[in-house]
Amino acid sequence: MLAESLALTAALFIIGVVGVLVHRNAIIIFMCVELMLTAVNLTFVAFSRYYGAAGQVFVVFVMTVSAAEAAVGLAIIIAIFRHRQTVNLKDINLLRG
Amino acid sequence: MDPHYPLFYVFHFYLFGVIALASALTFVTRKSPVAAALWLVNTMFSLAALYVMLDAQFIGVMQVLVYAGAIMVVFLFVVMLLNLGHPSELADARGKWWKFAAGLVGLGLLSEIMVILRVKLPQQLVVPRGFNEQQLQKLNAVGTIAEPLFKEYLLAFELTSVLLLVAIAGAVVLGRGRAAGAR
Repeated sequence: MLAESLALTAALFIIGVVGVLVHRNAIIIFMCVELMLTAVNLTFVAFSRYYGAAGQVFVVFVMTVSAAEAAVGLAIIIAIFRHRQTVNLKDINLLRG
Repeated sequence: MDPHYPLFYVFHFYLFGVIALASALTFVTRKSPVAAALWLVNTMFSLAALYVMLDAQFIGVMQVLVYAGAIMVVFLFVVMLLNLGHPSELADARGKWWKFAAGLVGLGLLSEIMVILRVKLPQQLVVPRGFNEQQLQKLNAVGTIAEPLFKEYLLAFELTSVLLLVAIAGAVVLGRGRAAGAR
């Protein structure tokens, strides 16, 4: 099942990448990033069957990092929305406020 | 290297894999953030099922609790808070040529990853047959993760707590707004 898992991982990761490129809604782009992180988790789990349980420990770390990232990222999105009244990236393309 | 799997197992593995893939494709083509979030939850659930089938029961539970439970609820909460979903926000996708270019980039990356996956895996690192089952018997599903986490990776674990503290502080400072920050 290793080959199938890795192929599924690759497909999910690429779907996330294409979603980031295609969408302009900041929240959906953020969800695509979460999908990419989850896809990588599947790789860790699939390999942990052959290389020991350490891979699953890394999945726990990835989950923690993605939770922290979601908290900070969504706070940034809320701050931008308060400033600009939009989350569309078309209107948020300047570094200066 | 690969033991023989019963047909029942293989069928369900492919079933959940196809569900995950289809939900991910539906997720990425939605324009409404709420619909996208719910399809993403569906993907997370199928992936949790795959984790359980791959002998990572604890990770499967964590997937449901942390990803589908906590993170996606935060996303939906933000969508609700910002009151997104009116037509001007929904027309978010980029133009035809941009989508075409994104598809090309995706195909290129996919073929690259598929080529990388053909590489020969190091056989000398593979744990002996039955070792994982033995560990699972000895330490239970949680213990197999807890033991390396609190022994070999203790420093990384402690650093994770610092990361979470920084994330909490950052979220509070960013979410506080300008009015409170000016004071």
